[in-house]
Amino acid sequence: MSDAIEKVSIIISKGSLEGIYPGLIMANGARMEGIEANVFFTFFGLDAINSAKHDHVKVATVGNPGLHLATWAGGVPGVSALVTHQLAREMEKLDIPPIPEFVEMIADSGAGLYACKASVDLFKLSSEDFIPQVEDIITVGEFYALAGGGQIIFT
Amino acid sequence: MSTVTLAGTSVELDDDGFLLDARQWNEQIAEEIARANGIEELTDRHWQVVNFMRKSYLETGSAPSIRTLGKASGVPIKELYELLPKGPAKLAAKIGGIPKPRGCI
Repeated sequence: MSDAIEKVSIIISKGSLEGIYPGLIMANGARMEGIEANVFFTFFGLDAINSAKHDHVKVATVGNPGLHLATWAGGVPGVSALVTHQLAREMEKLDIPPIPEFVEMIADSGAGLYACKASVDLFKLSSEDFIPQVEDIITVGEFYALAGGGQIIFT
Repeated sequence: MSTVTLAGTSVELDDDGFLLDARQWNEQIAEEIARANGIEELTDRHWQVVNFMRKSYLETGSAPSIRTLGKASGVPIKELYELLPKGPAKLAAKIGGIPKPRGCI
């Protein structure tokens, strides 16, 4: 057990539903195993902790070959919302929470949530745009300092 | 798999220390498993979680997710992690004598 993972720092960099969930599942899963976890939200990944946006995250239906949907069809208005709705229903059956509830659960589990300063500046955001569970807006250097002694996972 | 004696009863455990037969479980065994996992004393709040896990498993055949545990056990997520810091669902299952939860959530 000496090489067991004891700490992870997970970076969530994408703003689509399928870009955000894997990192959240990894973070929650780490806490469930008693592993210390930090989550660092950067670029469009910030939508997951943005109070105005985190309930409106959608599946990317254009440029997403995994959906096996013709590109033109993915671009039809409403398709992204429809696919997102279907996926959300299936996830609810598996007891996977919607993003706002999931992020709150992860914060309650003791994981640290952080926003990337470069992205916050780029998108002209401030701490008021984020859910209260976000501990701080930090630089890359501060992120590395936080991640010390653990594994870093980029998603 | 191994056979060990817990609280005077011979029980079979899997490689991760979970009881192989939930029927072999009793409260003294629970207390002994808890101590072996760093929880000196099971409080009423611990019991509330452990009993909820066990009851759900015996009724449905699977252990509840951490989400359900936080919503339906009467003990919110924050407190679950205070009671069982090394993994609430996993530890509550182990102490409650049911198999390791297989869910990812």
